[in-house]
Amino acid sequence: MTDMQTTKPLLEVRNLKRHFPVDDGFFVQSQKSVKAVDGVDLAIAPGEALGLVGESGCGKSTLGRNIVRLDKPTAGEIRFEGVDIAPFGDRELKPYRRQIQIIFQNPFSSLNPRLTVGNMLMEPLMLHGEGDRAKRRQRALELLELVGLGADHFDRYPHEFSGGQRQRLGIARALALRPKLIVCDEPVSALDVSIQSQIINLLRDLQEEFQLSYLFISHDLSVVEHMCDRVAVMYLGRIVEIASAKALYEKTFHPYTRALLSALPIPDPTVQTEEIILEGSVPSPVNPPPGCHFSTRCPFATPSCSESTPELREFEPGHFVRCSRLEEIL
Amino acid sequence: MIFQERNAVTHPPGPAQDEILRVKGLRVELRVEKGVLAAVDDISFNLKRGETLGIVGESGCGKSMTALSIMGLLPKPIGRIAQGSITIEGVGDVAAMSERQRMRVRGNQVSMIFQEPMTSLNPVFTVGFQISEAIRTHETVGKEAARKRAIEMLDLVGIPLPEMRYDSYPHQLSGGMRQRVMIAMALACRPQIMLADEPTTALDVTIQAQILKLMNRLKEEIGTSILFITHDLGVIAKMTQRVLVMYAGVIVEEASVRDLFARPLHPYTAGLLRSIPRVDKAAGRQRRLHTIKGVVPNLLSLPRGCRFSDRCPDVHEPCRKWEPPLAEPENGSGDGSRRVRCWLHNRPPAHD
Repeated sequence: MTDMQTTKPLLEVRNLKRHFPVDDGFFVQSQKSVKAVDGVDLAIAPGEALGLVGESGCGKSTLGRNIVRLDKPTAGEIRFEGVDIAPFGDRELKPYRRQIQIIFQNPFSSLNPRLTVGNMLMEPLMLHGEGDRAKRRQRALELLELVGLGADHFDRYPHEFSGGQRQRLGIARALALRPKLIVCDEPVSALDVSIQSQIINLLRDLQEEFQLSYLFISHDLSVVEHMCDRVAVMYLGRIVEIASAKALYEKTFHPYTRALLSALPIPDPTVQTEEIILEGSVPSPVNPPPGCHFSTRCPFATPSCSESTPELREFEPGHFVRCSRLEEIL
Repeated sequence: MIFQERNAVTHPPGPAQDEILRVKGLRVELRVEKGVLAAVDDISFNLKRGETLGIVGESGCGKSMTALSIMGLLPKPIGRIAQGSITIEGVGDVAAMSERQRMRVRGNQVSMIFQEPMTSLNPVFTVGFQISEAIRTHETVGKEAARKRAIEMLDLVGIPLPEMRYDSYPHQLSGGMRQRVMIAMALACRPQIMLADEPTTALDVTIQAQILKLMNRLKEEIGTSILFITHDLGVIAKMTQRVLVMYAGVIVEEASVRDLFARPLHPYTAGLLRSIPRVDKAAGRQRRLHTIKGVVPNLLSLPRGCRFSDRCPDVHEPCRKWEPPLAEPENGSGDGSRRVRCWLHNRPPAHD
């Protein structure tokens, strides 16, 4: 694990917010908004993999899209190597685009069906003015080999590839400009078990080889545990717990994280999980519960929990938890 | 600690249990652009009364086609049952029945829940109406009585304020609630058999836990047997008593859930089990994941011999010559509870 105290972070997100206005209808100026990301702080060190887990609608993908600046945050800072890129426009962003790349979940919709693999891989190089045509071709072939495909795939179209191979292409494209940070948004969720492990191993090998940093977004806690140095758990736009992967899985503090872990079916019929079944479903992010967002489903909630928003506190060194009653419920 | 050892006794596989569904020599053919492929190729298995039988496998292995052929819902006109019988206790061979006869069975003796509840519910009718319609299709009951039964079902599957929810449209419900409605509809006529095709795959883990718990409770209360189809080995371990592993249209292994996880016999099963990251074994980042090389073969051009031979780490000569039968392993217990399709466990025919 990378020591966050001594290394300067590659990426630092401070109090990031992304609110989407809700359409109330024609002519009506909307007062309401979906608070998809509502005050997130996190940092990623060079060479570190940070996992981001949570259920659908918790804002994890929105956060990822804001970090690669496919979306513009409502407020807050995104510091990449110390420079706040949150307010940047397209022109100012261009040098950062090559440093921060993204891999998407669905390998069937994220590749342009009309570009051959070769052209797809050379396009980013061309846009950023890298090398001449021969050099770019050389680099594309190199990329194919890196992700376990061959030169014979260069002139093919995406539809000729299986799901796992397409995800390899998505990874090759993300690597083309030698980025420092890759946001992986559910990169293995659409894949079959036997293919999933191939892609996970590939991502880890590449990380080691090129000292990449990952923000690894997933709903699958076992994949995240396997991939990441540290893990952040999100619930309704906020981080509720963040710790090293080891600490999070061994000493789970936040009641939501505990419920998430206990809900995970373990592939071993001799293991019995402690059942913490949460009632109901995640409340609407348009109108989240006051105070602690989790208070409506929390088995330990008291009336005071819905009165004030708990802070993310450092409960043990490097282990932050957002719960005001933590001392009482442990 | 969240993960603990589970008590050793679970559902002894007693031979006394009778069989409610018998599938024999089932072959399902699909007509595709490039020819006719056997999505399911000569599979046989039984579902016992009161049990949950799991079918696990990757996309395209034939697990969904098996369920759809039991329901009589194969995609038309490309899919058909080419061979075999599907015998439901007290009903007969549904594979040989006319569409009219099958309609009486579907939803009554056998029902099915699907992965995506939004696409399986009709968006223009209220959920209550859809449940009462299912009841009135199969039973001669009045509108009021059907309504009452539907509300009872909504209550049974844990939907709060069932009288109010009766008049809701599917889009007004969350994903978990829709899946509860699907289950209510599937169980409204108290079927003997429920086919569940990836019922929780589209749901979040905390909602999945709710639905799995609900299914187990209802199975006890209604006495339904469940055929549970999923790609998730965690769900298999949690929900089933026996498991069929499918690969490229055939069953490659059959075992009790304990035997399967403790001692997988087929190299494919063993490979799958080792490929999944496990949170309960905190090995973390040090461990490289096991992988199965290659991809699932195209059903139109299967390798000669064993279908898994191209990807198998233990492949040897006979594997590329003859397709192994699904048979009891030679060093097995001999009680018929285990079957495997592999030459490592059954002596291949004498060399020519």
